[in-house]
Amino acid sequence: MTSRSGTAAPWWLPVPAVLGGLFVVVPVLAMVGRVDWTSFVALVTAPSSLTALGLSLGTAAAATGIAFVLGLPLAVVFSRVRSRWVGVARAVVLLPLVLPPVVGGLALLAAFGRIGPVGGFLADHGVRIAFTTAAVVMAQTFVAMPFLVSAIEGSLRIGGDRLERIASTLGAGPTRVLFTVTIPRALPGIASGLVLCFARALGEFGATLTFAGSLEGVTRTLPLEIYLQREVDPDTAVALALVLVVVAVVVIGLTSIRTGARAAWS
Amino acid sequence: MPTKTIAAAVTAAVVAVVLAGCSTGSAGTGTATGTGTAKDSSSASAGPTGTITVFAAASLQKTFTELGSDYEDAHPGTTVKFSFAGSSDLVTQIQNGAPADVFASADEANMTKLTKADLISGSTPAFATNVLQIAVAPGNPKKITNLDDLTASGLQVVTCAAPVPCGAATEKVEQAAGLTLHPVSEEQSVTDVLGKVESGQADAGLVYVTDVKGAGDKVDGVSFDESKSAVNTYPIGVVRGSSNVALAKSFSAYVRSAEGEKVLTTAGFGAP
Repeated sequence: MTSRSGTAAPWWLPVPAVLGGLFVVVPVLAMVGRVDWTSFVALVTAPSSLTALGLSLGTAAAATGIAFVLGLPLAVVFSRVRSRWVGVARAVVLLPLVLPPVVGGLALLAAFGRIGPVGGFLADHGVRIAFTTAAVVMAQTFVAMPFLVSAIEGSLRIGGDRLERIASTLGAGPTRVLFTVTIPRALPGIASGLVLCFARALGEFGATLTFAGSLEGVTRTLPLEIYLQREVDPDTAVALALVLVVVAVVVIGLTSIRTGARAAWS
Repeated sequence: MPTKTIAAAVTAAVVAVVLAGCSTGSAGTGTATGTGTAKDSSSASAGPTGTITVFAAASLQKTFTELGSDYEDAHPGTTVKFSFAGSSDLVTQIQNGAPADVFASADEANMTKLTKADLISGSTPAFATNVLQIAVAPGNPKKITNLDDLTASGLQVVTCAAPVPCGAATEKVEQAAGLTLHPVSEEQSVTDVLGKVESGQADAGLVYVTDVKGAGDKVDGVSFDESKSAVNTYPIGVVRGSSNVALAKSFSAYVRSAEGEKVLTTAGFGAP
């Protein structure tokens, strides 16, 4: 609990901190305790489980990719442009952070559903979104992108724009400044943003169920499979939940250890 | 570099938000609770008084809310509270000690889970039945008249997944008709199926007659012969450890009485 920067935490701080940690850790450990280890491998390697896991990893990766391509520019705009409209735009873009995912699903349905304005136009041109894997990726991108945007924006704000201004006085064009100064300096934020976005996409449930439906191999991701298995076979549900926990811990753990280590060195 | 320490703190904070988001994200079903208060208890007759909590299947929400207030009106001094959710969710809650006095299930399988765990005292009589119907858009634009029409190519059909009760019923009617449906989605609950038809995402869905009736003019229902081969039976029972067994028994009896049957039949349920 010692801090290298020299500021001492109040003596009582560890008490609520430990309680907070236990509150998260105890339920997860309790669930691990319920896993039936004798049948764990068989349950987890069942075809429907592997299909759901594969679909989840694939769609979460695709959603993270799309969120990066669309979210990085958003983060740069939010951190650099000074206008009160940016504040409004940020609030709207970050809305999925606080919306219940099922509401996100209803919103996507309203826009991209068969009778929605965008979905109706696409349907007239022979493109069907509903009940496809693309709908899963859209639902995941919708709920996960704000995590990426806020993480990257945070790291861009910390650095300020001094180096960018110096680079442009030295003759670098805006695009060159973006790729050689801004993005490299935001790499830690980008890395953690990507990880958070991927983890959130992996756990997406409500928007997917509402917007994409649930069909094995097409739209039934691991969280949906867990929810379905819970109806009949709680053992399978718990085993699959553990797989999801392990993937999430590995993904989040990798970056937080890296960031934590770097913070300690500085 | 203190900036990196701050970056780490930001990351930690966002991780916390992520975890919070995940937990809310998995809360797919909610429970709705309705309360009705009794009228003045001064005129209370010999019958049981007090409060009970009835755990009832989501499909019973409208009828049981009505039955509850009817019962309270007829039995001053009583309060009947409800918790509505999917039958299997309610079973899990009761198994984990939720304070239920009466359990009304949408199928016999879920009631059996509780009787096997010795969590029901006494018998579990059936009080209603329900059969499947094809829900279609108002006016039936795709001209669907029977189960066979649902196999037409290009038609977006949605059903329940096999593990849930309405999905098991769907499999039975498929077998009875000797055909295989190719749904574009196998939903978690009958309300999800209905929602996909109501919103125009799907052309047709297999739901219960009572769901079609409950949806009013948002969907039309198409009956089909094979539905007879998958009649869903709703049992009711008193939960062991109920704090008010007399009232729990009295309400269960009321559900099965002529008055109860009238309310259930109006909603589209069949007699047991």
